[in-house]
Amino acid sequence: MALQTSIARCNARVGRAPAARVAVKPQYVRGAAQVVAAKKKEIMMWEALREATDEEMERDPTVCVMGEDVGHYGGSYKVTYDLYKKYGDMRVLDTPICENGFMGMGIGAAMTGLRPIVEGMNMGFLLLAFNQISNNCGMLHYTSGGQFKVPVVIRGPGGVGRQLGAEHSQRLESYFQSIPGVQLVAVSTVANAKALLKSAIRSDNPIIFFEHVLLYNIKGETHDGDYCQSLERAEMVREGTDVSIFTYSRMRYVVMQAVAELEKKGYNPEVIDLISLKPFDMETISKSIKKTRKALIVEECMKTGGIGASLSAVINESLFDELDHQVMRLSSQDVPTAYAYELEAATIVQPNQVVEAVEKMCSKVAAAV
Amino acid sequence: MGKHAYIGCVQDLSRHRRVRDQRCVSAGVNSSPAQGAMASAFARTQNGRVASSRAAQPCRAPLRVRAVATTAKKDSSSAAASKAKLTPEVAKDLYYDMLLGREFEEMCAQMYYRGKMFGFVHLYSGQEAVSSGIIRALRPDDYVCSTYRDHVHALSKGVPAREVMAELFGKKTGCCRGQGGSMHMFSAKHGVLGGYAFIGEGIPIGVGAAFKSAYKRRVLGDESSDSVTCSFFGDGTCNVGQFYESLNMAALYKLPHIFVVENNLWAIGMSHMRSTSHTLGDADFPYIYKKGPAFGMPGVRVDGMDVMKVREVALEAIERARRGDGPTLIEAETYRFRGHSLADPDELRSKEEKAAYAARDPIPQLKRVMLEQGLATEDDIKAIHDRVAAEVEDSVKFADESPKPEKGQLLENVFADPRGFGIAADGRYRYELPGFTSGTAAVS
Repeated sequence: MALQTSIARCNARVGRAPAARVAVKPQYVRGAAQVVAAKKKEIMMWEALREATDEEMERDPTVCVMGEDVGHYGGSYKVTYDLYKKYGDMRVLDTPICENGFMGMGIGAAMTGLRPIVEGMNMGFLLLAFNQISNNCGMLHYTSGGQFKVPVVIRGPGGVGRQLGAEHSQRLESYFQSIPGVQLVAVSTVANAKALLKSAIRSDNPIIFFEHVLLYNIKGETHDGDYCQSLERAEMVREGTDVSIFTYSRMRYVVMQAVAELEKKGYNPEVIDLISLKPFDMETISKSIKKTRKALIVEECMKTGGIGASLSAVINESLFDELDHQVMRLSSQDVPTAYAYELEAATIVQPNQVVEAVEKMCSKVAAAV
Repeated sequence: MGKHAYIGCVQDLSRHRRVRDQRCVSAGVNSSPAQGAMASAFARTQNGRVASSRAAQPCRAPLRVRAVATTAKKDSSSAAASKAKLTPEVAKDLYYDMLLGREFEEMCAQMYYRGKMFGFVHLYSGQEAVSSGIIRALRPDDYVCSTYRDHVHALSKGVPAREVMAELFGKKTGCCRGQGGSMHMFSAKHGVLGGYAFIGEGIPIGVGAAFKSAYKRRVLGDESSDSVTCSFFGDGTCNVGQFYESLNMAALYKLPHIFVVENNLWAIGMSHMRSTSHTLGDADFPYIYKKGPAFGMPGVRVDGMDVMKVREVALEAIERARRGDGPTLIEAETYRFRGHSLADPDELRSKEEKAAYAARDPIPQLKRVMLEQGLATEDDIKAIHDRVAAEVEDSVKFADESPKPEKGQLLENVFADPRGFGIAADGRYRYELPGFTSGTAAVS
């Protein structure tokens, strides 16, 4: 229940997005005449991703999808549900189980004029495609002296789910982050999922597009029309003054749950959804830190070598004098994700940890003043 | 006349030898007589080595291997037969191309030892019949994908020798602006998809280009889309998983892709016999062509030292692909006269094996055939030699005189869309910062 509330809060406070236009229609209820504002239809995130894919495939005939079970099975998370019926078996290609092979095939097709969306059934499976993602996806535009571009979108579900075991609970953003030549984007709401996927498909750069296993069924509204969101900009989730909390993907909701608690205690945190895990939107990040003078990173990847590690380093290097407190990181434990519920819960960041961290940071600073 | 091997600088024990040696010495080398002396000493050593090995071994008749594992019908139409027939034009083109490949690679060896090129350089000398036999049968809109042994594939496909040499020298006029190097030859204009250091990683790329060709036809409705992709790789690659993944997908989707295994029996120091298992029932040799039918495509083994045989097989495979009948696996039996790379001491291969293949050198083989069949005269052949020598000389001169890349090139090609470097603190995209075009901007 708390999660649903925080989701609603999130969706309501997406500051950067233009307000959804609400149609006002007269609605007649039996026995009374009432004018009720007709709400825009809420859809689930998987439907939003499907809409984006469908719209872009319709718009550009070189856009195609490749992956395991994306066609006849409809996609393991329904993102490509029934699209093969509309576009055929070649445009929504059911691949055999050979990640490195079909990732390379997608890259070769991209180099020669197509725009493939390559799906990893689970992001973790893309470890098998690391050779292609690193060497060819990331580096090929450079080693060819700019002759070939690789406009692929590599997308799929990652993150810790519900007792899926260590191998299905991986967060690959930290593994891919050092690859030069790729952009990393993490979606979190229905609105930004659709808008970012559209942008990613249209981008000439290779985009690694992180969805989360537990967010496919969250509901929300999409932007109107052909709205494409910038791949390089962070999202202001909640404006505040006390502390800047940087987060992404599902941890956005964990943070907003904590924010509900913190508000009651009189805190006023600013919450920023990074969206672009690489490159960082330093404009939004530095503006926020200059205002609050405190930075807390809440992420789901492991602490060692994570996105937060990079962000913390960048903040320390470029915004040292703006800080009143050391940068804090809340990340997953450096352990494989256990199957047992309690251990799994202890591996990832929980809302109470966020509350404690903010209290600690703010009181320490308050005490110092 | 028929026993000459072309190892090292061009040596032909005909009356043209002295002239050619001089050309060798002066080829692309500026200035000092000391350098000239070094080059001619090099040439003489090679001469000596060849002479002694030739004296030691009787010349073995070329092994005409043509094994075919296929249920596909051989295209016996007259059109196919006439295409395979060698005309003077085709013969001379093949000779020119093989000679260019050989002279170019031997020049690379010289330049490497002279400190003009660096890193890992893998030369193709000896394998020319495969490159010329297959790639010269392709169209400009066809694609070629290779491994680190890619210089000659690029040349056969039409990339100017100048651009390849400049790339090897690390100059900005190289085909990849000096950013790729020996192992990463790319040409969008000539359909060369690379140039890959990790063996096997190029094959799916080639399959992807073939996928595009099929997609254009089947999805976008372009009936004229029938471009073919050839991926070249070695015997060692045939144990990499991506090889099998690619065979499967190419056959499954009936893609216009040709798998070309240049089986030169050695993967650095690992003998093919020690690394690859036999097909059940075979006692003698781990045949790679037999893996084709297991994946639903014909497999052909061909004498890779005989350019005419290679061409014949290539034409059939290309026709098959263009027709829409799917991929072919070609195993070319070939040999590299030099070590794996210029850093390889090459101590494991026996003298006997090297001599046996030296005797089957594809270039004098073709020359013999051309003269015997009246496809070319001695003068024609000399003219080709002159032309190739001039071209190689010119490529070295061009590379030598070309400027090195400036630091400004550092950040330019990381992203096709430079917004990928993101937004700086002042709100500008980082590529808009001063210093981006001079390679000094902070981009992370």
